[in-house]
Amino acid sequence: MATWKRTRGFWVSIILAFAFFAVVQWLITSGTLNIFYVNTLFFMAINVILAASLHLIIGITGQFSIGHAGFFAVGAYASAIMTMKLQLPFAVGVLVAGVAAMLAGLIIGVPSLRLKGDYLAIATLGFGEIVRIVLLNIDYVGGASGMTVTHMTTWPWVFACLLITIIVIANFTNSTHGRACISIREDEIAADAMGINTTYYKVAAFAIGSFFAGIAGALYAHHFYIIQPSNFGFLKSFDILIFVVLGGLGSLSGATISAVLLTIVSTFLQNYPETRMIIYSLVLIFVMLYRPTGLMGKKELTSLLKWRKTAQGGMNHGSKNTVA
Amino acid sequence: MAARTPLLKAEGIGIQFGGLKALSGVDMELYHGELIGLIGPNGAGKTTLFNLLTGVYVPTEGRIILDGETLNGLPPYKITRKGISRTFQNIRLFGELSVLDNVKVAYHTHARHSMMSSILRLPSHIRGEREMEEKAIEFLKIFNLDEVMHEQAKNLPYGQQRRLEIARALAAQPKLLLLDEPAAGMNPQETKELMNLIAFIREQFALTILLIEHDMSLVMGICERIYVLDHGQLIAHGTPEDVRNNPKVIEAYLGEEVS
Repeated sequence: MATWKRTRGFWVSIILAFAFFAVVQWLITSGTLNIFYVNTLFFMAINVILAASLHLIIGITGQFSIGHAGFFAVGAYASAIMTMKLQLPFAVGVLVAGVAAMLAGLIIGVPSLRLKGDYLAIATLGFGEIVRIVLLNIDYVGGASGMTVTHMTTWPWVFACLLITIIVIANFTNSTHGRACISIREDEIAADAMGINTTYYKVAAFAIGSFFAGIAGALYAHHFYIIQPSNFGFLKSFDILIFVVLGGLGSLSGATISAVLLTIVSTFLQNYPETRMIIYSLVLIFVMLYRPTGLMGKKELTSLLKWRKTAQGGMNHGSKNTVA
Repeated sequence: MAARTPLLKAEGIGIQFGGLKALSGVDMELYHGELIGLIGPNGAGKTTLFNLLTGVYVPTEGRIILDGETLNGLPPYKITRKGISRTFQNIRLFGELSVLDNVKVAYHTHARHSMMSSILRLPSHIRGEREMEEKAIEFLKIFNLDEVMHEQAKNLPYGQQRRLEIARALAAQPKLLLLDEPAAGMNPQETKELMNLIAFIREQFALTILLIEHDMSLVMGICERIYVLDHGQLIAHGTPEDVRNNPKVIEAYLGEEVS
């Protein structure tokens, strides 16, 4: 009973997610949703995966990394090589993308996570640029003109990857391992003094985060027909960073919501190419002015629901309620 | 009561930062169940000594032995797992985490469920987390903090933050507890409660405690032995009586306080 209570919210959200999946799938197959909206939807999902994966590194573990597009690029190219050059199935491509990005995360993370704050930011920024320039100079992957990739990304794939990303990151965060990461964010010296292997958890968060960035890369590569190194410049890293900061550092729901909203805003603004960047920047400035802690602060949607439930009917069943 | 093999033995430990000798030739022996004070004027090296014992700094000379094991060069988290836990002079709680979660972090090293089982929400994860929560709640009750367990740690009043920090250090299940100025910033009433708390946890958890303190009445009142540091060296050690009457100590420390 207690176990059921603990996991009830979890299963309800899974069921809701699958209902959403079915509805969208039906809309796509019936043709109600035209290709423009499908495109936006896929792009949204990819951005959410990127935002969620960076949220784990910056929002939870507090390691300021701004080279996330580098892992995104590694995943995109790794999967494209698998499917295009080696003719392997898409599933292999997705998996290899994740693993390759994770390895890149480990290689860059182990030495650079000794750095703190600004220094780590500069190191990861450098890593992102190195990846871009290396790809630019490898003829095997097409250099500057990029690689053409067959369209293989479908809604079930996008949905499955998105769901797995969110579940893994949420489950990780809500465990003792996630708390260890948060304690590093809060006070690294105290975390160390409490017996937490801080290096291990920083690297673990980095590796998991880059794994999912790689998965997003695979989805991206097989959706937009062509990938070029210029798609993965540091501006892309900043885009992802903006999702996380705008949503509220430390809130997974915040990162998700802001990724969705900003994708809508920037898609909508494509109709106004001259003023697009100005309006986009204004949106950011206004949000930061009126919600300096980000859209959600550090709160999660689930905690808001929980709070309302206990506030409304805290005495039901006479069970111990958790009103703060 | 004290067994004759010391729990912690420091043999001539010291540390040099560049040309500055912050601490040198400190010998210390702490026996099981003792409550020991460490005093000295500002800048004498008390906190530096704590940092050496907990592995924040690696000593440049001497050896630290806990229960027969040399600790030199181990990183802080491993030393904590060996049984030395501490609080900080300026409180270092995990401010955004709840009071309950602060204690749970300290239980982390005893958690058996793996990262994989947490990601997959396997039964071992659910069981492990539940046990951890039950233990943490029980533990908070001892410290009268169970009523505020869902508050964010940063929102607690100062006295409770101090208490929580001690609770968190104890939750790591140490053999030796190091308290760095636990009564700093407390009023006499709070200090008195703190003294009772320290005496209580020492009985309850069969602990050895080393305590840095400026509040003389606290140190003299509850410590069995006192070490005195000045300019990075031990200048005296003994019972409170001995230390109080030691001319070197009076000159270095108490004399200054009185004048």
